[in-house]
Amino acid sequence: MSTATPISRVNDFVVRFANVNGSGSASANEMFARAVMRMGIPVGPRNIFPSNIQGLPTWYEVRVSEAGHLGARGGTDLMVAMNPQTFDKDIASIEPGGYLFYDSTKPLPASKFRQDISVVGVPLTAICNREYTDPRQRQLFKNIIYIGALCALLEMDVSVVEQLIGEQYKGKDKLIAPNIKALHIGRDYALLNLECPLGLRLKKTDKVGNRIFIEGNNAAALGAVYGGATVCAWYPITPSSSLADAFTKHCAKFRVDPETQKAKYAIVQAEDELASIGIVIGAGWNGARAFTATSGPGISLMQEFIGLSYFAEIPAVIFDVQRAGPSTGMPTRTQQCDIISCAYASHGDTKHVMLFPEGPTEAFEFGAQAFDLADRLQTTIFVMLDLDIGMNHHLAQPFAWDDAQIYDRGKVMTAEDLEAGKEFGRYLDVDGDGIPYRTYPGTHPTKGSFFTRGTSRDRYARYTEEAGPYVDNMQRLVRKFDTAKDLVPRPLIANASKPTKYGVIYFGSTSPPMDEAIHMIEARGHALDRMRLRGFPFHSSVNSFVADHDFVFVVEQNRDAQMRSLIVNECGIDPVRLVPILHYDGTPITARFIAKAIGDHLEALKVKPLKVNS
Amino acid sequence: MTYLAKPKFQHPDLPRNDLGYTHRDYEGSVSTLCAGCGHDSITASIIQACFELSIEPHRVAKISGIGCSSKTPTYFLGNSHGFNSVHGRMPSVLAGANLANRDLIYLGVSGDGDSASIGFGQFAHALRRGVNMTYIVENNGVYGLTKGQFSATADRGSKSKRGVINTDNSIDLAAMALQLGASFVARSFSGDKQQLVPIIRAAIAHNGAAFIDVISPCVAFNNHAGSTKSFDFVREHNEAVNRLDFISSRMPIEVQYEPGTVEIVEQHDGSKLALRKLQADYDVHDRTAAQGFLQHHVAKGQIVTGVLYMDKEPSDLHAHLHTVDMPLNVLDAKDLCPGQAALDKVNASLR
Repeated sequence: MSTATPISRVNDFVVRFANVNGSGSASANEMFARAVMRMGIPVGPRNIFPSNIQGLPTWYEVRVSEAGHLGARGGTDLMVAMNPQTFDKDIASIEPGGYLFYDSTKPLPASKFRQDISVVGVPLTAICNREYTDPRQRQLFKNIIYIGALCALLEMDVSVVEQLIGEQYKGKDKLIAPNIKALHIGRDYALLNLECPLGLRLKKTDKVGNRIFIEGNNAAALGAVYGGATVCAWYPITPSSSLADAFTKHCAKFRVDPETQKAKYAIVQAEDELASIGIVIGAGWNGARAFTATSGPGISLMQEFIGLSYFAEIPAVIFDVQRAGPSTGMPTRTQQCDIISCAYASHGDTKHVMLFPEGPTEAFEFGAQAFDLADRLQTTIFVMLDLDIGMNHHLAQPFAWDDAQIYDRGKVMTAEDLEAGKEFGRYLDVDGDGIPYRTYPGTHPTKGSFFTRGTSRDRYARYTEEAGPYVDNMQRLVRKFDTAKDLVPRPLIANASKPTKYGVIYFGSTSPPMDEAIHMIEARGHALDRMRLRGFPFHSSVNSFVADHDFVFVVEQNRDAQMRSLIVNECGIDPVRLVPILHYDGTPITARFIAKAIGDHLEALKVKPLKVNS
Repeated sequence: MTYLAKPKFQHPDLPRNDLGYTHRDYEGSVSTLCAGCGHDSITASIIQACFELSIEPHRVAKISGIGCSSKTPTYFLGNSHGFNSVHGRMPSVLAGANLANRDLIYLGVSGDGDSASIGFGQFAHALRRGVNMTYIVENNGVYGLTKGQFSATADRGSKSKRGVINTDNSIDLAAMALQLGASFVARSFSGDKQQLVPIIRAAIAHNGAAFIDVISPCVAFNNHAGSTKSFDFVREHNEAVNRLDFISSRMPIEVQYEPGTVEIVEQHDGSKLALRKLQADYDVHDRTAAQGFLQHHVAKGQIVTGVLYMDKEPSDLHAHLHTVDMPLNVLDAKDLCPGQAALDKVNASLR
C-alpha cells in the first residue's frame, strides 16, 4: 500500500454509510441526504439493502454533486463504517486518498486500516454508554451522534439538521430535544478532538432550485391518483409494495368525499398476483380505471391474464417495479430485466405497450398517462419502473398538471349513440386505426351487449373458429399496435456537440448516470449522440437513429441485452449495429461503468482492424 | 340442434313480468352442450328466476371461468354483457367488475374443476371478501370438455366411466363456503327446478356473497352406475332440509303453510323468503350448526339440499371498503383528480 494525497473536494463526492439493517440508521442517513439538499446542493441517495428485516448488512450511498450528477458514480470517498460484518470489505472499497469514519471505542490493529486513506475515529459506543442507559436509546442516538460528527467534519450546516429533526418528530415533540442534544454531542466531540473539516466539504449553494425529493413508487402512485385510477388490486412484493402503500395514503388524502366521508376508490390486497390482475381486468372491463403494482415474479404469474387483456381488449395498467431475477433472484437489488417478459407476455402472438420513466417526474406523468393509453388502446399498459427508481429518493423536477385536461376514456359507445342507431360491432375497425368501440356493461336494454371471451370471435364478438375471422382479428391487433407507436411518449434525442458516427440508446434508471457518463466520455475525446427510449412500441425515430449511426451502444441493466433484442426484433435491425453495454450485478449502473465500457469500445474501434489470416 | 339459429318469433300471449318482458327476453343463444346436460336445466332455472324477479336483463353482468359450465352464460340473458374469462379466475374478474360498478347484478357461473381445483383459492377469497354476487357452481364431479377426468368434488370411491375408482377425498364446496363466511349458502340439484328457481331468486336478492352448489349430472361422462353425481344417485340420496318460496317486496304474503313448519325471512331489499322446513331441527341462521349437519349427513351418504345458511344482516365488499354510492366507473376527472393546486402543496412538502 502506498500513501495517496487526501481527496480535497467541495460539494462533489460520495459518502457511503455501512450499517446493520434494523438498527435505525436509515432515518438518520436519510436526514443527512436531506440536509445536503437543504443546503442547496444536488444530492442522489441510494439504499442498498438486504431481503431481510433485521441483522444483515445495508448501505446507504449519498452522491453529492453541485454539478447535478445524480446517478450512481461508482467508488466511495468517505466510508462511514458502522458494520463490523463488512468492515474489511468496506475499507477496501474506499477510493485512494479517501476517508474512513469508524467507531473507535475498541482499539483496532493498524493492519485493519489502509495507508492510502485518512482514518477518523469517534468512540461512538463509549459516548453512548456514558450518555444513555437504555440499550435502545444507545443504538438510536448513536446514529444521530455520527451525523453530528459528520456535521463538523464536512462543515454541514447544523441548523439545517436541527430543523430537519424538528420536522421529522413533529407531533412527537418530546423526541426533538434529545435528538438535537445527541447531534451536538457528536458535533462537539468532533470539533474538540478531530481535525475539522476533512478534505471533503459541503458549501451552501443554490443548485437545487425548486426540485422535489421523492421516491419513484410514491410519484407513480400519485400519478395513478391524478390519472383517475379508482381500483387497485395488489399483492405484496418487494420492491413494489410501497407503490400500493403510497396509493392508499394519497387516496386517503385526496379521494375521500368530504360530505359523506366515503371513498372514491377501492383497494384490495388480493390473495396473489393472479387475483390482483383478475380484479384489474374485471374492473377495466366494467369501465373503471384499474391497476396493479408488482415485480418480476408477479409478472410471471399474471401471464395468462395479460394475454386475455390483449386478445379480449381490456384496459389494464401494471406498474412493474423490476428487481434482479431470474426466479426469486435478488428481491432487494435493481435490474431492468423484465423487458422481454413484459413486451411479449403470455402465450400466442402478443405484444404489449410499455412506458419507461427515468425517475419520479416521469413516473408521475407516465403513471397518469398510462390510464389514458389503456382506455384509448384497450389493452395492458406496463409502466416499467425498477427498484432504483421506485425505492430511492431522487431529486426531481416538481410535478405539474394541466387542470384543463380531461381524461381520454377512449372509444366507448354510449346509450345515446346506440339509440341514435350507430352500428356497434365490438371488434369492428371503423376508424382504420385498429381500435374498435366498446360498451360498458349495463349500457342499453336491447343494444350494445356482447360476450367477452378469450376465444376467437368475429367482428361482432360472435364465437368462431373460422380461419378468416381469426386472421382478420389478429391483423387488426397489429394495426392497433402500430397506432400505439405514435401515442406512447417519444424517445428523446440529444446530439453530441460535433457530428459523430456513434450513438447510444438507453432508458429508465440508466438516465441519471448516463448524463454524467457522457461528460466522462467526451472528456476522453469521444462524441456520442444519445437517444433515451420512453415507450414501446418503438417510434419510427428509433429506426432512423440507428440508421444514422455506424454503431449504436445499447446500455441496459440485464444480462441478455433484452432491449437490444427488442430493437433488433421490432425494427428489423442488423444486430451487429447494436453494441450491448450490460450491467446486471444488482447494484445501480454507475457513470464510471458506462464511461469505461463505452470509452474502451470506442478506443478499440480506432485501432486498425487485425489482419485476417490469408 | 345447435347448428340451428334460435327463432325470433314469440307468441303474443306469452306471460309478461312487471317490466313487460317475456321469458324470451331472458334467453340467450342455443346451447351447444350435450342433449340432456344438467347445466341446461340450470340455465333454464336462471332464466326463470330472472324473469320472475323482473330484473332488467341488461343490468346483469354474467361472468364465468372456463369449462362446460362456464360456457352457459351465452345461453341465458342475451342482452346482458358476459365475460367468459380465464380458467378458475371468475371470482377475481367478478370482484373487479363489482368494484367498478356496484349497481349491476353479478352472476358468477363456474364448475367444479373451475372452482374446486384450479380456482379453489379464488373461490375462497371472493367468498371471504363478501363480494356481492350470486356464485353458482354447476357441479358434475367431472371434467367434461376434456372428456371425463375426475374433478376435486368427485366422491372418494366413485367410479369413472372408464372404470377408474377415485381414491382422493372430495371437496364439499358448500361446506367450504360455510366455513369461509359466505352469507348465503345453498345446495340444489339441476333436476329439481321447484327447489332451484326460488333459491336462485333468493340468492340474487341477497346483498352479499351468495353461493349455490348445484349438483348437475354430466350425461356424457358421469351418469353411470357407480357415479355419485348421476341423476339416479342424486335423486335417491337427496335430503332436502327445506323448500323455499320467494316473495318479492311487491307481492303480498299469503300465509298458506301450517304454523311451525314455515319461517318467513325478510331480506335487505324487502323481499321475503318462506322457508318450508322439512327437517324440524334445522336452523338456517346457525352457521356452526349447518356445518355440523352437513358433515353428519355426508357420513351417512346423503346429499343435503336447500338453503343451508343465510345471514339476515349481510354486508358486502363495498360496505367493508366504505366506497361511495355512485359506481366508481362513472366518476370523472372532477371527482378524481386533485388538480394543480393540490399538486403545488405536494411539491412544497417534498423540499
